[in-house]
Amino acid sequence: MELTGERQFLLRGGRIMDPAQDVDFVGDVLVHEDRIEHIASEIDVPPSTKIVELSGKWIVPGLVDMHVHLREPGEEYKETIETGTRAAAAGGFTSVACMPNTCPSNDNSGITRFIIDRAKDSGRCRVFPVAAITVGQDGKGLTEFGDLLSAGAVAFSDDGLPVQNPAVMRLALEYSLNFNALIISHSEELELSKEGCMNEGKMSTRLGLKGIPVAAEEIAIFRDICLAKLTGARLHIAHVSTAGSVEIIRNAKAQGVRVTAETAPHYFSLTEEAVAGYNTFAKMNPPLRTERDRRAIIEGLRDGTIDAIATDHAPHNSLEKECEFQLAANGIIGLETALPLALKVLVNEEGFAPVQVMRLMSSNPASILDIPGGGLRPSGIADITIIDPEEEFTFTRDTIHSKSYNSPFLGLVFRGRAISTLLGGMPVFDANGLFDIGY
Amino acid sequence: MGKLKARHILGIAHLGMEEISFILDTAVSMKEIMERPIKKVPPLRGKTIVNLFFEPSTRTKLSFELAAKRLSADTVSIAASTSSVVKGETLIDTARNIEAMRPDIIVIRHSMSGAPYMLSRHVGSAIINAGDGTNEHPSQALLDLMTVREHFGRIDGLKVTIIGDIAHSRVAHSDILAFTRMGASVTVCGPATMMPPEPGELGAKVCLDLKDAIRDADVVMALRIQKERLGRLSPFPSEREYADRFGISTAIEPYLKKDVIIMHPGPINRGVELSPEIADGINSVILKQVTNGVAVRMALYTLLLADLQEHG
Repeated sequence: MELTGERQFLLRGGRIMDPAQDVDFVGDVLVHEDRIEHIASEIDVPPSTKIVELSGKWIVPGLVDMHVHLREPGEEYKETIETGTRAAAAGGFTSVACMPNTCPSNDNSGITRFIIDRAKDSGRCRVFPVAAITVGQDGKGLTEFGDLLSAGAVAFSDDGLPVQNPAVMRLALEYSLNFNALIISHSEELELSKEGCMNEGKMSTRLGLKGIPVAAEEIAIFRDICLAKLTGARLHIAHVSTAGSVEIIRNAKAQGVRVTAETAPHYFSLTEEAVAGYNTFAKMNPPLRTERDRRAIIEGLRDGTIDAIATDHAPHNSLEKECEFQLAANGIIGLETALPLALKVLVNEEGFAPVQVMRLMSSNPASILDIPGGGLRPSGIADITIIDPEEEFTFTRDTIHSKSYNSPFLGLVFRGRAISTLLGGMPVFDANGLFDIGY
Repeated sequence: MGKLKARHILGIAHLGMEEISFILDTAVSMKEIMERPIKKVPPLRGKTIVNLFFEPSTRTKLSFELAAKRLSADTVSIAASTSSVVKGETLIDTARNIEAMRPDIIVIRHSMSGAPYMLSRHVGSAIINAGDGTNEHPSQALLDLMTVREHFGRIDGLKVTIIGDIAHSRVAHSDILAFTRMGASVTVCGPATMMPPEPGELGAKVCLDLKDAIRDADVVMALRIQKERLGRLSPFPSEREYADRFGISTAIEPYLKKDVIIMHPGPINRGVELSPEIADGINSVILKQVTNGVAVRMALYTLLLADLQEHG
């Protein structure tokens, strides 16, 4: 595709799903420059217009991942903004929000600007930095919310190093009201999870590993919901993993607390059984739980208790993963398997409408973060993902775009994936050569 | 001689009933060698066994070393303090370097659960787990089985009670798996703070009342209170209260069966989990456990190396 001059092309005959407007029909999308020009069941175009035939394919808003770790600055040997956004594009994502636990951490506007600039130079998707709640993520003094928001931060979180002192969390929530800013809670009571390296239960008993009880997550979620209620601030719960957490969030929503929540694909597709054999690729925090928890997560996604699917994409080098289980780092990559897993588990096994999955993966996270995208509207930005629901592929190490390969899904055969990703009308990923860009 | 299906001894979890019986039978013939005036036989001449101990150990290391020497194998023992681990080398690199010197068996003790599993995936030598974190200590469970079988002539149908820090004890973990696999029933007892989250997963029943737990037991095993593992939050208020509520002493003796045997993996905290009268009493088989430990380890070496020879 010509990258200069006037860009106009027609996506023809695809199944158009826009969760923002709750529409699902077969039709055409006309893209002009970086905008969607027109959407209709049939659009007539002059013969000079490039036509991309998409019969049997899905046309959806570019996916939005509100929880990734891009590792830059500081841990470029695991991932860079360039490789991470390439992985995002290959997974169908056009926007990602990156967590502040870089080295140094994103607790000042200089780092926020650096991330945004690097993303503009090398990124294949939009990158929205999440800034730290406290300076150095040390749980003590608040960061400069106002300055960080002006620099481009979209939310605040001390992800990975949760704010332990409830008075500090209260301050953060209260101060966020001045900006209507979003506070994202990595909910973990560290005193209960200390030294734990997997879910506490049957598997931890069998493997002789110290467990993390579900209460470590549930107590922290309940605490932050109480504080959100007290302050009236907006709270988002990251990576929900237990049945009890889903119940706590459901009750809070029923009471009108301004709380939203996300879960990660591994929590609806795997259980603690995946740790068997001391598999460090199944080690993450929060840990994989039980089948009962997995079921509750799926029900939470079905009834809207959980608003979004976010990957918690956490690249690690073999240095951090090929070692004793207790020493291994937490986390797995997720950008390139999120959509295939959602299609496999939620659509094919659980009977979710595809448009509901798109809501969880695009319009909801976009509206929680209050960022552009997440819908398909005339004159809206042309962030579009094209999905082939039938394409089979094997997820292997040499097909991965991320710099790391720490995934428990290596070797799995999937049906359904993103085949093209358009960022502001520009193809940034094109697996099957629909746009002749060669990648 | 028959052979073992397992290529490594990583845990009781991976051994079937027949394999365990076979190991125990072999250990009985090894024990006979130990009773001879000349306690050395030649079958493992030219074989090399490396003991890689990342945790301090006296008796287990000595037991593995003596077992190897009695079979004429060459042994080298490496303690963590003198190893390259302190220089920052990873466990896999350490093991690969040792591997490059062509040992036949690596015996490993490590503070982290699963470490021997990881080694078995990265090196070609046979691996024997001599205790990994809070996971397993299979040779201890095998010597416990041998001691019980020697005393009662069977294991099937016996009632075994294990008292102490079950959650953090690799001995308890392996013993529960081993005794239940051989047909015994296992009850665990101790402070509720020291019970594993899902004891049923291993096949054990929990009984929080000491008297009830020991009343019908044929075997009572007291575990060492591992002070070094207690950490910042002590799971019981004091040793005094532990000894009073969970220690086996003359005060609790009336509730024990007359022909019960008392076991302990050692080293004993005298006056805490066992009173001296009980530890040294006629029902105690604690020193037989130590003797049988050498025999069981001789059996493991013999069977693993016979297997290696067969497979080239």
